[in-house]
Amino acid sequence: MSDQILAQPELAAVHIDTDSEDISRSEVILKGALAAGAVYGALAVGPFVGRALAMAESGDVGILNFALTLEYLESTFYEEAKTRAKASGDLKSLIELVGRDEEEHVGALTETIKKLGGKPVAEPKFDFPYSGTSGFLKLAQTFEDTGVSAYNGAAPQIKAAEVLEAAGSIVQVEARHAAAIRLQNKEEPAPEAFDPALTEAKVLKAVEPFIA
Amino acid sequence: MAVANKPSALERVTSDPVSRRKLLAVTGGSTALAAFLAACGSDSSSTTTTMAGSGGGKTGTEQFGKGDVGILNYALTLEYLETAFYADVVKSGLFKGSDLETIRKFGSEEAEHVTALTGFVKQMGGKPAPKPKTKFPLKSAKSVLELAATVENLGAAAYLGQAPNIKGASVLAAALSIHSVEGRHAAALNTLLGESITPDGAFAKPAGADEVLKSVEPFIVG
Repeated sequence: MSDQILAQPELAAVHIDTDSEDISRSEVILKGALAAGAVYGALAVGPFVGRALAMAESGDVGILNFALTLEYLESTFYEEAKTRAKASGDLKSLIELVGRDEEEHVGALTETIKKLGGKPVAEPKFDFPYSGTSGFLKLAQTFEDTGVSAYNGAAPQIKAAEVLEAAGSIVQVEARHAAAIRLQNKEEPAPEAFDPALTEAKVLKAVEPFIA
Repeated sequence: MAVANKPSALERVTSDPVSRRKLLAVTGGSTALAAFLAACGSDSSSTTTTMAGSGGGKTGTEQFGKGDVGILNYALTLEYLETAFYADVVKSGLFKGSDLETIRKFGSEEAEHVTALTGFVKQMGGKPAPKPKTKFPLKSAKSVLELAATVENLGAAAYLGQAPNIKGASVLAAALSIHSVEGRHAAALNTLLGESITPDGAFAKPAGADEVLKSVEPFIVG
């Protein structure tokens, strides 16, 4: 895959560095994990490094497992929210709809990884520190926006067109969730003209506090 | 990256549950596509949209230029259309208050897409597609919102349909960053209309260029 230098400053946030193919994905993930270890202490990060290693598989399977981890997080989050978010009316229906979508994403990614001969990551245990409807909505917005950026960041590295197609069809749904949750928060559904992309390392660091 | 004959295979299998099963049987577990479709379950059989092209590596965007430039110019044409639409809606006086602000915001984002795509095409040595002359039926607030939702849902499906055809990683990254914004617009408009934010279910469906261009044809007057 070739890469061009972007002249558009608007697109700077979405520029993916694909030139550095000498650095493997696993190294990047490990670097992120080890950096986290330096900050939080090696003991705290031990299992996280293990998970990063588990994810440091070659190519598309690795990316799919990264996505699966995020979908597990979202799926568990909405499942818990059915009772914890104390929602009613439109929000209650939205939580059910989004939760169902995330569950389907978990199923599709798991099956795809298996069919590619990979091993799906185990479902992590999560801990979501929030209370009430507003606490839920704030965290939901973070997760959905991060999810969009995670897929957008990982997708250009996908090799197989079919896997890219699948990731694309999921990320659009995540973006739709994000917009709906943002509207519930009385925020702009599409705050920027270009959704930013996040590297795996940044995403993993962002979700690490919620992995028990 | 893209395998030439895969889009038409996807077109066949997503529009026909029988051939979808056949593909699964023929390929066994060997393709991610089969796995993905199998995992999607019954959702896949209800699709009405199809993938871009009809085999032989066609993207349906050849009339706009070769390869990624053609895809970018196709996207640029759609963004011009959306920008013009929102500008007309703002001028129509049909909306006030927060709805008007939303329309203004979406319109300005589409204009940013136009600018970025134009720059991208030039940077790649291509000639940006011309701005089409457009005309939209602006009768009532409700019919305009419905048209807006249709256009945005179609726009999101159009980007999704082209993503697997894109060769350059930067072009793909840019397209994806726009694609999800179109998805956000679509969901917000669907919410305003009281419709489902995810009309395709958990997996958004792509639309091919032929289908998209046919759908927007009535709004292009020159």
